[in-house]
Amino acid sequence: MLKEGSVRIPSGCAISGIIDTSGARFSGEAIIKSISVMRERSNGLGGGFAAYGIYPEYKDYYALHIFFDSSAVRKACEEFLERHFDIINLSKIPTHTVKEITDAPRIWRYFVTPLPTKLAASGLCEREFTSKCVFRINTQITGAYVFSSGKNMGVFKGVGYPEDIGRYFGLQNYFGYAFTAHGRYPTNTPGWWGGAHPFALLDYTVVHNGEISSYDANRRAIEPYGYTCTLQTDTEVITYIIDYLHRKKGLLMEEIASVIAAPFWETIARFNTSVQEKYEYLRTVFAGQLITGPFSIIAGFEGGLMALNDRLKLRSMVVAEKGTKTYIASEEAAIRMVEPDVENVFAPDGGEPIIVRLRGEAHGN
Amino acid sequence: MKRVYVNENWCLGCRLCEYHCAFAESRQKDMARALRGVKINPAIRIEANNGISFAVSCRHCKQPLCVKACITGALHITNGIITADKARCVGCYTCILSCPFGAISQNETGVIQKCELCTASHGSPACVKGCPNNALVYEERE
Amino acid sequence: MAINFLYPEYEIVRKESRCIACRACENQCAHGAHEFLADKGVMTCDESKCVNCHRCVCICPTRALKIVKSGNAYKQNANWGQRTVDELYRQADSGGVLLSSMGNPQNYPVYFDKILLNASQVTNPSIDPLREPMETRCALGAKPHRIERDKKGNIKNNLPPQLKLSMPILFSAMSYGSISYNAHESLARAAQELGIYYNTGEGGLHEDFYKYGKNTVVQVASGRFGVHSGYLNAGAAVEIKMGQGAKPGIGGHLPGTKIVGDIARTRMIPEGTDAISPAPHHDIYSIEDLRQLVYSLKEATDYKLPVIVKIAAVHNITAIASGIARSGADIIAIDGFRGGTGAAPTRIRDHVGIPIELALASVDKRLRDEGIRDNVSLVVGGSIRSSADIVKAVALGADAVYIASAALLALGCHLCRSCQTGKCNWGIATQIPQLTKRLNPDIGCKRLVNLLSAWKHEIQEMMGGMGINSIEALKGNRLMLRGIGLNERELAVLGIKHAGE
Repeated sequence: MLKEGSVRIPSGCAISGIIDTSGARFSGEAIIKSISVMRERSNGLGGGFAAYGIYPEYKDYYALHIFFDSSAVRKACEEFLERHFDIINLSKIPTHTVKEITDAPRIWRYFVTPLPTKLAASGLCEREFTSKCVFRINTQITGAYVFSSGKNMGVFKGVGYPEDIGRYFGLQNYFGYAFTAHGRYPTNTPGWWGGAHPFALLDYTVVHNGEISSYDANRRAIEPYGYTCTLQTDTEVITYIIDYLHRKKGLLMEEIASVIAAPFWETIARFNTSVQEKYEYLRTVFAGQLITGPFSIIAGFEGGLMALNDRLKLRSMVVAEKGTKTYIASEEAAIRMVEPDVENVFAPDGGEPIIVRLRGEAHGN
Repeated sequence: MKRVYVNENWCLGCRLCEYHCAFAESRQKDMARALRGVKINPAIRIEANNGISFAVSCRHCKQPLCVKACITGALHITNGIITADKARCVGCYTCILSCPFGAISQNETGVIQKCELCTASHGSPACVKGCPNNALVYEERE
Repeated sequence: MAINFLYPEYEIVRKESRCIACRACENQCAHGAHEFLADKGVMTCDESKCVNCHRCVCICPTRALKIVKSGNAYKQNANWGQRTVDELYRQADSGGVLLSSMGNPQNYPVYFDKILLNASQVTNPSIDPLREPMETRCALGAKPHRIERDKKGNIKNNLPPQLKLSMPILFSAMSYGSISYNAHESLARAAQELGIYYNTGEGGLHEDFYKYGKNTVVQVASGRFGVHSGYLNAGAAVEIKMGQGAKPGIGGHLPGTKIVGDIARTRMIPEGTDAISPAPHHDIYSIEDLRQLVYSLKEATDYKLPVIVKIAAVHNITAIASGIARSGADIIAIDGFRGGTGAAPTRIRDHVGIPIELALASVDKRLRDEGIRDNVSLVVGGSIRSSADIVKAVALGADAVYIASAALLALGCHLCRSCQTGKCNWGIATQIPQLTKRLNPDIGCKRLVNLLSAWKHEIQEMMGGMGINSIEALKGNRLMLRGIGLNERELAVLGIKHAGE
């Protein structure tokens, strides 16, 4: 059977996200609890988490989480890393025995910063340099796969139910200001850890429930800009779109939402002229980044989360608040499990972005 | 009132209006059966010369000279449509002489015939329906 | 008299039991194939004059007529087919180059017919266009490379000029001269009503049609007929015609007999002179020259109009398209080898060029590989026959399609491929007043609007079935396509998988 990346695999899913806008860090326990409620929406073939604010002591370094098939591959990959980065710290990511989790690859973590000489020679900015290196490892070193590459954040994922994956990585021992989680229901059995979600590039992560009908249009539109879609998954291409629009094109998150879940022309026609012009401009310039078909996503970025549904709202998604925390999940039950007394429970409209940022922070998003 | 109007720009001179008129008048179901071997005598006629052609049929004038001229009261106006009562017509042809458009003719039995817009038989004029190029239209005009 | 080697290819069959001798067929045949025998009171016909245009068949009120292939056959020969032999006889008789019109009718593979579309099942929902918005609107033109913001942080509108279409279809170039005034009026009015564009071709723009300028693409071709500043600025886009799918490498020739009255005036040449469009543009012998013409036209139109460069699909189409995408052109139009013409040498029409499906797939891939796909939009033509062809073309990577033969069919064309005779019985490819008046633009416009409205509905249905509710999400979405009965090489060029994969 073809491995993930050689074949396109649609999947249904559960997603959940929690952010504390005060910036206070909390344990990953809550997100495990939340996603476990929606076990029904996964099938044990993939689960994972993104955690923001978990590495304050290394916040200036890129945290690379890498799967290796063998020690030999690890050696080859480390040689590559040493040629391009200053490695401040490296270690196996601590894991715990969970009987449901088997066939785990070797999972390592590196805190790195680009070598100044290499960086200068490349003529690239630090983030572009790092992302290019990630692409090179993932496409050229067979058996090595960088699945997390942002600063002060990390992705933890694997094959299994998400709550089991959470326990396996001991996510309850990580403290961050925001978490997202994903339980996967793929329609065949890839059995590959790299294929689990969230998908991440730099500090952008995406958890996604849906199957987008625009996939190949989006893939073929984004690849000329230096991205290589190795996994053939929606989540991968959505992450690249967000990275491209945010990092490379400088769009705001709100603008990104009106590109990927663009308002219908008949809706645009109802706005005043200047707003119309803006939407028309975005739809025309970024036509290849419009995403159609069902999706609900939680996109994580430095300092915030964005929840977004497709423009017809073909997937469920609920948002709620309590104090400084905002909760997002496929089902309300997954929120109430964590915080029974939530307030302002609502289901965002199709294409209506819910963007939650840390307060008092100037992230330029 | 709706009338038949002709636009000579689009008239092809194909004479299908004449045949549809004759077919409508025949009250039969199949045109081939109705008109095969028949020399038609329609109430609409194509006039053609020098590449210009157009159809002529009764204009249903508001102040019709034919009605005024009819000596027996065979011609009269019903809801704007000028109709001929064949039983009353004595075949004096004064109407034919007085019609400025030449839109009235005589039938095989010697009495007059004219376009009555097919209203009694088909609801709307068969010539208009049969025109392949919209050169004939049936519409309300000022 | 020399022996006539040719037996008519078609026979006119008249059902005597249905013929009422109304003589409409006789009246409508410009070729004189029908005749009324007054003494006998019956109709007769001469099939050697028949071009099989079906005008008589359609006009006959009793359906007494049909046209069938004549049974006359040469001794069977798999090598020397009937058409080959007939053409040889014709040339031996005339000593001339064979002329043909409309598109290549030969039995080459039609790739559109070997591609199947996808539909949603279970894992994602299909969308009902009767219940939900289903967007076919699109824009053609170059896209800006960077986002600019004003001091307040608002995005500046730095979009180059675009053509906005309600659906991804344009009427492609057919000159006034090659087709009639009424055909042009039908196309122009339909384009306006539909929110799309028609194309003047190389015949200038009749002064009556300046009012449709917002829906007009004005063409500049190698003969430069009818080109002046007012003409260029009257349109919504300017198209430089470098080639035509029906006759790549060949110019055009409208005989002086057709250069009469308004046509001469619109083309700005004396009445009765032949209008000869050279094979190349004599100011374009290479790509850098094209760039100069692109920018000359942009200067002439104050950079307000997108410039289209139209080329025929030939072997090295990808390299040509790549060059054009870097020439400042906003839109590349590619015309496949099945594209139509009002007249072309038969051998050229039937043997030169490549299928549009393959050209499109290769060009779209090449421009993406080079990272210059956003420099231009791609419009493809050369036998787009149905809404399914359009959906497939867009999924292969086209931004929109050009249709011409399909539009003429809607106006009555029966593909008799006799345009070069100038005696089109349907009033399309003719300038004879008695024939042109047969095309009433009220009817023509309505039929074009009907056709494209129907196609739009069908495009929406197919998109909805795939779970796609906006045409931009279909563009280049090759996973929605599967090949059927294609070999590895063909699949690789098309960039699609085989059915079942």
